[in-house]
Amino acid sequence: MTGVPLDTAPADVATTHGGHGTHGGYNLTGFIIFLCSESVIFLALFVGYTTFKLSSPVWLPPGVEGLEVREPLINTIILVSSSFVAWAAERALARRRIWRFRAWWLLTMAMGSYFVYGQAVEWSQLRFGLGDGVFGGTFYLLTGFHGLHVITGILLMGLMLIRSFQKGNYDGGEAGVVSVSLFWHFVDVIWIVLFLLLYIWQP
Amino acid sequence: MATSVPFDPRVLKAPHPVPGAPDNWKRFFSFNTDAKVIGIQYMAVALLFLLVGGLLAMIMRGELITPPADLVDPTVYNGLYTMHGTVMLFLFLFPILNGFNNLLIPPMIGAPDMAFPRLNALAFWLFPLFGIILMASFFVPGGPSGSGWWAYPPVSTQNPLGHFINGQFLWILAVALSGVSSILGAINFITTILRMRAPGMGYFRLPIFCWTALAAQTIQLIGLPVLTGGAVMLLFDLSFGTSFFRPEGGGDPMLYQHFFWFYSHPAVYVMVLPVFGIFSELFPVYARKPLFGYKVVAIASFGITFLSLIVWVHHMFYSGTPQWMRNLFMVTTMLIAVPTGIKVFAWLGTLWRGRIRLSTPMLFCLGGLFNFIFAGITGIMLATVPVDIHVGNTYFVVGHFHYVIFCTITFGVFAGIYHWFPKFTGRMYYEGLGKLHFVLTFIGSTLNFLPMHWAGLMGMPRRVASYDPEFALANVLASLGAFLLGVATIPFILNIVSSWARGPKAGPNPWSAIGLEWLLPSPPPAENFEDDVPTVISGPYGYGLGQPLVEHQERYVARAKEA
Repeated sequence: MTGVPLDTAPADVATTHGGHGTHGGYNLTGFIIFLCSESVIFLALFVGYTTFKLSSPVWLPPGVEGLEVREPLINTIILVSSSFVAWAAERALARRRIWRFRAWWLLTMAMGSYFVYGQAVEWSQLRFGLGDGVFGGTFYLLTGFHGLHVITGILLMGLMLIRSFQKGNYDGGEAGVVSVSLFWHFVDVIWIVLFLLLYIWQP
Repeated sequence: MATSVPFDPRVLKAPHPVPGAPDNWKRFFSFNTDAKVIGIQYMAVALLFLLVGGLLAMIMRGELITPPADLVDPTVYNGLYTMHGTVMLFLFLFPILNGFNNLLIPPMIGAPDMAFPRLNALAFWLFPLFGIILMASFFVPGGPSGSGWWAYPPVSTQNPLGHFINGQFLWILAVALSGVSSILGAINFITTILRMRAPGMGYFRLPIFCWTALAAQTIQLIGLPVLTGGAVMLLFDLSFGTSFFRPEGGGDPMLYQHFFWFYSHPAVYVMVLPVFGIFSELFPVYARKPLFGYKVVAIASFGITFLSLIVWVHHMFYSGTPQWMRNLFMVTTMLIAVPTGIKVFAWLGTLWRGRIRLSTPMLFCLGGLFNFIFAGITGIMLATVPVDIHVGNTYFVVGHFHYVIFCTITFGVFAGIYHWFPKFTGRMYYEGLGKLHFVLTFIGSTLNFLPMHWAGLMGMPRRVASYDPEFALANVLASLGAFLLGVATIPFILNIVSSWARGPKAGPNPWSAIGLEWLLPSPPPAENFEDDVPTVISGPYGYGLGQPLVEHQERYVARAKEA
């Protein structure tokens, strides 16, 4: 390995480097590293939830029989399929079909927003609160933290959509769109695990 | 008026002086994206907090110089040790090591700056913010958090006065923000090292400091999210009525300990790894020999990273941990001695028959290495379950980790500051003051922390404001040492300030060191090598081998001298 440059990127960038803040080539690397870190925080929360569930003598607070599965399942299907829509948008952009990209992208945002709406409706109908034992605490913490990620994803997609109307933004690659789409897939995978842990694995 | 005044376009892009422009001190007080400015900002603010943390320590030692709790109230004492630990770790050591990362990584690998300069500046400016938040907790009703730097529930979930904004709340907020800042930093440092190396600089030509930075920042990425998760749950328990860690609501306080130590034990390695990097950089320079076993030292860093993630339960041997778990974590903890032992022997091998120069940085390195071996031996003792059950939560533990945190890590930090001071300020420090600083620090730290082991073995518990008179001698010695350490900062501050202002010009390479950063002028220009990045043709630390480090080395050396 010694003596051979591992990749040629550093040399290229060094020559094109003009001022600060122009390192588009590294954004994706940085974003992937960020997602690795993000997955650890969810992993920690999952491990915490599992530990609580396995060790708690009383799991459900009095008067609560469990969680309704039907509505969240519809929500899950919509969120998971939005990942494929995002992928279609990305492909459209790669083929320079900018309007098709915008349409698919907007659809992804709409599906994400529906998911958030569905979550809000579910929260408002639940008969337990944040303070109702470990069950209530973990439920709201996990779904709330994930919901924050969904909202962040939608906002980031909106930002990318606005940027698509500025000239020349996507000439040098679509690192931003690739990153946001990656984030969206990440949020979806997290939700699948959450859905299994919270809704399917019930006593 | 007229807008046709010609200007250098680089001035607009970079809010710092372009090469040749007069030095502009105001940039140190602005949202600047230059890694070298950010590095100095980190170091300056961190050193200020070192003084704050040191002051808190001296008040505590003043209290402990006599057995009864007479100088401060025991409640105040709880706040003092909590804040002392938190300030020293989160506001001094992490930031100052990030300062080193900012200053050293780009020049060492030939990069113009960090991969994400604006993110870098954001990560820095979070630091004074959470510093102020933590300091503000001295002024809220009820005073600062008194639950120790590990903030175990149920102590940390108490809110007797009922205010929403209380010391513990601010403590959690500051620690969480510090985590965000550190993760932003970690993303930046890792991306920079992975993607921005000079042509020809393969991984096994990377200076060891960059290897250790990579290993340490990997720990940050894996560990910090877990601590943040635990901190958020603790905040909810404290402020929003949940019961994650409250047994009365079905929660489990032990889970917090797992969350906390899963990060906070590796955090020690986050701090010590860069110091191992500093040792590995400095010993070859001052012994004029190549680093012994370069590749093994590099890989051992990741050995430490891996092991650090599977040892955390050794902090909980006496917390009702099952026996199989104790045995398992005792073994993993002892295994850490293997990669660290490899490094120690590599440094000794480097020193062996070297032409040793006892300049101030080398003195701090040798002192740090000496202390580290002692700390490692007491570490092995503490890893042993029967010994730990006996001396856990006594002053033996306090002595051990101060030998790590102060006598090793902070010694390494001082060594690094003296070594690279001429590079980044362009001025030479005063050797006499530096040596005085070392002598006072070494005597002070030995006097302060060595008797703690003795008091601990006799059974003196930690975190108490009053104690049995039989421990008095050890405590008097420790207090005298602490005050001596306070005195030792005077020559240090005097040295840094006066030599930065009017010290002799240092020249590009005062230590005749080998490394990309020493091919730059002192101080290096804003974008380091700019477009003219040298091609690396040999490994680092080629002392006495007579081979050039880069292509056309003479040209870079001549240019650095000219500037």
